[in-house]
Amino acid sequence: MVELVIFVLMGAGTLAGAVTVVLARNPVRSALGLLGALVSLAVIYVVNLAHLVAAVQVVVYAGAVLTLFLFVIMFIGVDRSEDTSETIPLQRKLVAGFATVVALGAAALVSRGRFTWTPASGEAAEIPNGTVQALGGELFTTWVLGVEVTALLLTIAAVGAIALAFHRRSAESPTED
Amino acid sequence: MPVVTPGWYMTLAAVLFVLGMTGVLIRRNALVMFMCVELMLNAVNLTFVAAGRAAGVLDGQVAVFFVLVVAAAEVVVGLAIIVAIFRRRETASVDELAALRG
Repeated sequence: MVELVIFVLMGAGTLAGAVTVVLARNPVRSALGLLGALVSLAVIYVVNLAHLVAAVQVVVYAGAVLTLFLFVIMFIGVDRSEDTSETIPLQRKLVAGFATVVALGAAALVSRGRFTWTPASGEAAEIPNGTVQALGGELFTTWVLGVEVTALLLTIAAVGAIALAFHRRSAESPTED
Repeated sequence: MPVVTPGWYMTLAAVLFVLGMTGVLIRRNALVMFMCVELMLNAVNLTFVAAGRAAGVLDGQVAVFFVLVVAAAEVVVGLAIIVAIFRRRETASVDELAALRG
């Protein structure tokens, strides 16, 4: 009952946010739509007992990533409106057709799958409780190699971003338009 | 009163993914395209959480963690590239970046 109400409310919030991201003319509105979608998804995660994932979703996505997006939007300038006329012929129609095909395919796959929380073995599975302790234990025992590799990846990304920011600032080639 | 099942969550995730994909295909602003990629990543995360719950294991949520880390790294590098392009070309529209066109 509670789950149904939250699913309907937050699912509607997620979809409304996603539609705003896709259709808003102003990039700031897109960013705020993304914020709505991310927070609604975090609530859905809580209902699924993915507590730590929900917290990280709010802190990392709605906090850090979205702030970065808004910062870059402000840096680039929000007043220049996007030219929405289509230059590639048939692009819109092809996109609509492709989206319909993917959506129908996904719906077909989902409707063929299981529709209950009961696993194939028969008895209902216990909902995995994604507390900090449970998820941390899993991450630092079974998946410790993955954690190390992603730490390396994050370091590379940070170094790469700094390298891009300082790249050839002094040696700007004069021939480039 | 209907019970919310994994299929509901996966349908929501599929719709979210299609919305993000549509955005990537029809928008020009590189920043908005990036946000649509984030939407697609979040759709996959929702699938992982729902499937993990259906299977009764924690591995789905662990997968979401790694997706989150990779998404964060992607955003950092991608936005740095967008800013670098903007400083050179004064545009964030992918249509105007046609220098490699033959």
